[in-house]
Amino acid sequence: MTDIAATAPVHGHADHAHDEHDHKPGFFVRWFMSTNHKDIGTLYLMFAIVAGIVGGVMSGMMRLELAEPGIQYLHGWAQFFDPAAGDTQAKHFWNVLITAHGLIMIFFMVMPAMIGGFGNWFVPLMIGAPDMAFPRMNNVSYWLTTVAFVLLVGSMFVPGGSGLGAGTGWTLYAPLSTSGSVGPAVDMVIFSVHLAGASSILGAINFITTIFNMRAPGMTLHKMPLFVWSILVTAFLLLLALPVLAAAITMLLTDRNFGTTFYDATGGGDPVLYQHLFWFFGHPEVYIMILPGFGIVSQVISTFSRKPVFGYLGMAYAMVAIGVVGFIVWAHHMFTVGMSVNLKMYFTAATMVIAVPTGIKIFSWIATMWGGSLRFTTPMVWALGFIFMFTVGGVTGVVLANGGVDTNLHDTYYVVAHFHYVLSLGAVFSLFAGFYYWFPKMSGRMYSEVLGQLHFWIFFIGVNILFFPQHFLGQQGMPRRYPDYAEAFTYWHHISSIGYAIMAVGMFFFFLNLVYAFVAGKKAADNPWGEGATTLEWTLSSPPPFHQFNELPRIA
Amino acid sequence: MTSETTRRKNSRTGIIAGLAAAAMVGLGFAAVPLYNLFCKVTGFNGTTQRYDPVAAAAEPKVLSDTVSVRFDSNVSPKLPWKFYPEHPRDTVSIGARDMAIFIARNESSQPVTGTATFNVTPLQAGKYFTKIQCFCFTQQTLQPGEQVRMPVLFFVDPKIKDDVDARDIQEITLSYTFYPVDEGKKAS
Repeated sequence: MTDIAATAPVHGHADHAHDEHDHKPGFFVRWFMSTNHKDIGTLYLMFAIVAGIVGGVMSGMMRLELAEPGIQYLHGWAQFFDPAAGDTQAKHFWNVLITAHGLIMIFFMVMPAMIGGFGNWFVPLMIGAPDMAFPRMNNVSYWLTTVAFVLLVGSMFVPGGSGLGAGTGWTLYAPLSTSGSVGPAVDMVIFSVHLAGASSILGAINFITTIFNMRAPGMTLHKMPLFVWSILVTAFLLLLALPVLAAAITMLLTDRNFGTTFYDATGGGDPVLYQHLFWFFGHPEVYIMILPGFGIVSQVISTFSRKPVFGYLGMAYAMVAIGVVGFIVWAHHMFTVGMSVNLKMYFTAATMVIAVPTGIKIFSWIATMWGGSLRFTTPMVWALGFIFMFTVGGVTGVVLANGGVDTNLHDTYYVVAHFHYVLSLGAVFSLFAGFYYWFPKMSGRMYSEVLGQLHFWIFFIGVNILFFPQHFLGQQGMPRRYPDYAEAFTYWHHISSIGYAIMAVGMFFFFLNLVYAFVAGKKAADNPWGEGATTLEWTLSSPPPFHQFNELPRIA
Repeated sequence: MTSETTRRKNSRTGIIAGLAAAAMVGLGFAAVPLYNLFCKVTGFNGTTQRYDPVAAAAEPKVLSDTVSVRFDSNVSPKLPWKFYPEHPRDTVSIGARDMAIFIARNESSQPVTGTATFNVTPLQAGKYFTKIQCFCFTQQTLQPGEQVRMPVLFFVDPKIKDDVDARDIQEITLSYTFYPVDEGKKAS
């Protein structure tokens, strides 16, 4: 990043203009009818934490069931929802768990936290804008997300085929999601994804407009902090990918309810078409989840190396390249549907091309640290953890990109391990890096460094014990989405479940740290990180005034 | 605060972005006809080709190589028909026309209309498996107890020998599945 703060005017809490404008509306108006980007960002972050707890508890239930071969708990859980539940309903409940865990973590945890939370909070601050371009639309986006979440959770209590809830997997593949799931549950999930998608499209329009039109004088595109770049690229991916998903699941809905046959061979349709449409959205979606994380990690590493990011332009355009190429590799998710060798070769090669810009990013982060004056604070160790996790997940991604290899590994735990390393760990590590990095700015309080480090180390050890053995399970042929397995798989499954318990202990320190910060945390300085933190948000007070930059800062 | 010019620029950018999103929705739906077209042109997923006498410049050359064609028949559980090939297997010269007979019998006491979907495996052979005439192009209505013999006239395009992916194919399976025609459902 460029040294913009050096030339920006001091624009903090002492500003007279702010004192007059800094009166906040009453509680209800402030939090339920909010148009303030920081308040909406806070709402999104709280929402993401709640959704993360729900999705995380579900994964805990799954790891508990998978700790031993045989089915121990599913019957009891299914009977909790429906006292008459039998064996089929219990097994259906497993499918409901995997479906809800996937959808919640993607649409209601990672995306709201990355884009809605940190994006809303810091894009306007970093480009020197008073607020988002369309503040009311911002509010609409937030409330659409909450309604979508309620619909998704509600779907677990209504019939969905062989039991309560939608058991289709997060991909909602036809024909299981059309003729295979009678009852309102799948319709509710489709509506939920529609609303979450609409919310994200509105958010994307808002970010694109804000970043293009609301930058402070002198803040050219090539001076924008990399986090803003990452949100800009993400917004374009959202804008172009999510409408395709909306179209695809609308056709699911009409196939289910209005007798169309888009995905039904008996009427001339093709279920494979759904997979193509879904993954045309689904592959950009994984970059939607990880690109803002790239942005956060760039800010954090630069700050705690006390150096501008190495190869700023290369970093920015690597993200653009990842975004563009991400649209033409979708079929590597469906190598096993019966493609010709040539098609597989193309999708294999195109997928591997993405490793190049990704490699540029990893290299540049390391080069940023090289020769820097490093400080291993909590956000920094999370960012370093991100680089490690993402590299491991990236390597297995290159393995899976091979059409031939994927035939063997498709739908095994190897794939589960791969995408949890890049997303569950990559994206989540960058979320925690961002959370600790910006927490003092957002709340005005310092967290406990000791608790933050404990959170990191226990979580880091836990998730590696949790997910690394899943590579072995996958290579030995353990299929994903199964509640039971042959006894040969017991050893690594058991270790994996122990890893979950360790990770859960780590999360305890996260919540403890939150409580500590709000009860006993020291007051945060405007810039608690010192001279490495060069972006505009650190020129404001902690927390920033309710309305900032009424006089736009000038960036030379 | 946001000035009037910024406001105008914002609405313009917002509208353009909104239109882009709407266009992508359109593209999502356009994928349906495009995908069908793509399958027809490339023989993707074992989509067989239809013989077009106008487009075909000359009768295909008959090669000395032969290929074995297996006939596979399936009936949806919802359709009360018996449906089977007269001969389960045939050996044809590549390029030569061949006729296979399928037999369908309505075993219920009502007239029933059915339609068949079809493909060939290996999937790479779809591009070269050309049908001149087939019962599968139309819907079939059978009266109670009625039995019909349904012909398929086809040839295997000699170009298969020029395709590195498909030249080694020794056996092609032509598969049909008969479904009841639901009046509420129309082809998309």
